[in-house]
Amino acid sequence: MTVAAPSPAETTPDAAAPAAAAGHAAPEPDLLRFTTAGSVDDGKSTLIGRLLYETGSVPEDQLEAVRAASDRRGEGYLNLALLTDGLRAEREQNITIDVAYRYFATARRRFIIADTPGHLQYTRNMVTGASTAELAIVLVDARKGVLTQSRRHGFLSSLLGIPHVVVAVNKMDLVDFAEDVFRAIEADYRDFAERLEVPSLTFIPVSALLGDNVVEKSARMPWYDGPTLLHHLEGVNVGAGRNLVDFRFPVQYVVRPHQDFRGFAGRVASGTVGPGEEVVILPGGQASRVRSVETADGPLDEAVAGDSVLLTLEDEVDVSRGDMIVRRRNLPTVATRIDALACWMGERPLDPAAEYLMMHATRTVKAFVAEVVYRIDVDTLHREASSTLEMNDIGRLELVTAQPLAFDPYARSHATGSFILVDPRTHATVAAGMIRGEAREAPVPAGDAPARPVSPAVTWEEWNIPRAEREARNGHGAAVLWFTGLSGAGKSTLARALERELFAAGCQTMLLDGDQVRHGLCGDLGFSPEERAENLRRAGEAARLFFEQGSIVLCTFVSPYAADRERVRALLPAGRFLEVHVRARVETCAARDPKGLYARAARGELQGLTGVDAPYEAPEAPEVVADTEDAGVEAIVAALVRRLREEGILPANPPSHPRGT
Amino acid sequence: MDSEPSSATQPAAELPVPPRTGGVRRGHLAQLESEAIYVMRETAAQFERPVLLFSGGKDSITMVHLARKAFWPARIPFPLLHIDTGHNFPETLEFRDRLAASVGAELVVRTVQASIDAGRCVEEPGPNPSRNGLQTVTLLDALRELKADAALGGGRRDEEKARAKERFFSHRDRFGQWDPRNQRPEMWNLFNGRRHPGEQFRVFPLSNWTELDVWQYVGREGIDLPSLYYSHEREVVERDGMILAVDRHNAVLPGERAEVRRVRCRTVGDVTCTGLWESAASTLEEIVLEVAGARRAERGGRGDDRRSEAAMEDRKKQGYF
Repeated sequence: MTVAAPSPAETTPDAAAPAAAAGHAAPEPDLLRFTTAGSVDDGKSTLIGRLLYETGSVPEDQLEAVRAASDRRGEGYLNLALLTDGLRAEREQNITIDVAYRYFATARRRFIIADTPGHLQYTRNMVTGASTAELAIVLVDARKGVLTQSRRHGFLSSLLGIPHVVVAVNKMDLVDFAEDVFRAIEADYRDFAERLEVPSLTFIPVSALLGDNVVEKSARMPWYDGPTLLHHLEGVNVGAGRNLVDFRFPVQYVVRPHQDFRGFAGRVASGTVGPGEEVVILPGGQASRVRSVETADGPLDEAVAGDSVLLTLEDEVDVSRGDMIVRRRNLPTVATRIDALACWMGERPLDPAAEYLMMHATRTVKAFVAEVVYRIDVDTLHREASSTLEMNDIGRLELVTAQPLAFDPYARSHATGSFILVDPRTHATVAAGMIRGEAREAPVPAGDAPARPVSPAVTWEEWNIPRAEREARNGHGAAVLWFTGLSGAGKSTLARALERELFAAGCQTMLLDGDQVRHGLCGDLGFSPEERAENLRRAGEAARLFFEQGSIVLCTFVSPYAADRERVRALLPAGRFLEVHVRARVETCAARDPKGLYARAARGELQGLTGVDAPYEAPEAPEVVADTEDAGVEAIVAALVRRLREEGILPANPPSHPRGT
Repeated sequence: MDSEPSSATQPAAELPVPPRTGGVRRGHLAQLESEAIYVMRETAAQFERPVLLFSGGKDSITMVHLARKAFWPARIPFPLLHIDTGHNFPETLEFRDRLAASVGAELVVRTVQASIDAGRCVEEPGPNPSRNGLQTVTLLDALRELKADAALGGGRRDEEKARAKERFFSHRDRFGQWDPRNQRPEMWNLFNGRRHPGEQFRVFPLSNWTELDVWQYVGREGIDLPSLYYSHEREVVERDGMILAVDRHNAVLPGERAEVRRVRCRTVGDVTCTGLWESAASTLEEIVLEVAGARRAERGGRGDDRRSEAAMEDRKKQGYF
């Protein structure tokens, strides 16, 4: 005895959704995965409890239990934090131990919260929770302001490439809902976040305890005209970071029901694919063409990143689990030496002599750590020399794998740029890694300047007129501002506007532009990684000469490789090299296309264009991030001038210079 | 000042069963389905002898549906394992056999009665004994017999708070035990199923689904469910605040009164302990609205039913999982 719903085996997919025919025209709600971070006392559990409660996501029985527990504890109010503090041991100690997942929904959107505790093993837990998140809520206690851990959470969010960060300034009820308290925290945090890769940063004043600005607009903070937290969560653009360009398909499982059918099951990691696509199977390199994209519901014209499908190929090629099917004209890096940032999670510290298993996409290979390049102090962001990593440490590693791996930089694709390390003795997961790229040469050790080439039989003499004397006469310090970013991001526009302003204020300036130095000085060089490196070496040396002459030198170079930029940085004294990451999405740059390069690349006339088919290694901790999608030229130039003042390069007051206006 | 009101205060208007979304955008059901299929394929790839635990409930029926999709056009590459307490609703067993036959999967049934007969466990004393606790013995024996290294289950993280920290790949020691403090962190879509001989995993592809998601998915896919889930008239008895079906394994006790009511199941377990839900919801749309509405209802009302139902689910989990 069953009801009359047709079984899927007997019907076509279209007819299988009877309710769809009933005329529900509204789009299916989408899904936002976000993570929350805060310490024990920031009120994180209360905030999540409030979101669950006010969206009606708490079943009656749980609510009753919380009500009873609140009464038993004599709390005199409904303690919403009890909703989420799961295991009994945690409830008794008033702490949350592990990452917990919560679910709630509104008519517009489904939400998955990865709730991570702020204190114990914070780094490991937050990395776990953040790995699948598109948004992070960082809680700040309004009474305490921006603490070290608030910065730590921001840094980890940026490390994991979370596109949206919301700073929820909580406990506004305990500071009389005062606007100045909120604004001071906002200014403080923005200042810090300038050093991070955070594409979107939002501040919301809330009281989780009383509900102000969580779901309902607060009447007690009329000065705040932004959205409530829930409204922001509902409105934020999801999937913006999804890579729909680089087709990558890690083969999970081979489906072979009989001799005549061989399908390769997997989930599209990035990009899109349809029948007829010319593909290559890596790491082997065999070529073929996609015959069909199959699902149990019928073949598809196109599958996109995130879809679980079955591919069939035109040719009888040998494909098995762990291989990666990719677009023929858009290849990932295939290499055995990998440069990565990693968070250590194992109880035992990283053992440089040990062999680990690296799980990457669907492939598992043996690997060892060739070098710990440096460790990052997550509180100060300083790099420290270290020979190992301990649990909760984050560091930069160079790994060597036993077989070649096909990968992309994590910044470009999380699915093909991430890996875990497994200890083969215990089978424990001991590290989470984010690939920066192929390790092309010995990485720059922390603090050491690399050796510069020197011609034979020459001796270094000090400069005739020391730079300090030139700076004293100029009335400002010398510096190198290195503008890096994709073609079309706005490097030249910003640098030209800034130089004009500095020059008008009487400063000694010089602008070195990528195209200019490639006329003459570097006219003999092309665009291979080696030639790009040489080009930047020469440009860096030239910048240094102008620097010693007392100028503020503005350099605009795509400079896609971090190692090349680091080499220039190492030529200059600390504090005098300011890396300015000029940032815009590649789609935006392609739309601007000031030099027509993207159009040429699209027509197939140009190969190796950064951001299209050549990698861009975004700076890890640039001095300045200039997001040209969000801010205009004037605002960014003003911010740069401010920064030069703060660094002491420009005098605190506009210079009154002999040659001045 | 006047930001748009959040939609939290205007529920349900578009709730029942959303259509598929085209283009590159994917709705939540498509994403959850894709994730579940990915996890099932990982299980088939990383383990030698997985089994799919089949209880006859809507979650495990949904699991079978997803497994069929994950390995189509091949058959599901692992057996369905049903631990039969002997106290099932007759509808469940009939449905189980038909489903297994229609998807062409191997069905393995192991009974609690056999465990009792073999002296592996002892029936509870008293009237209407529950076999909920006993089935754990049968389950672990069956996994050992089948040399299963992974058991796929339909557990969801939204079911209760302790479950909220469960992994997709949940590691069990040689004794089948779960240590919440010794679970492997799961990052991105990288699932570590490596194990020592004798160790097992429980795998939960529906981890990120909610009860409502399951119902909406059942509606969108047209998944056939046992009639127990839809409103029907049945002879029931009220006991300990629960409404229970009258059955040969669940006799009316002295002082109780059997009566016919309109009820349906929200979860399906043994006849002796499956709390029924008074409901007139006889179509999928009505059930979706009821499930959504129950959670959105004014906080107060019918706590008794809910509490007992949750308690039942807890017992089921301790026993089964």
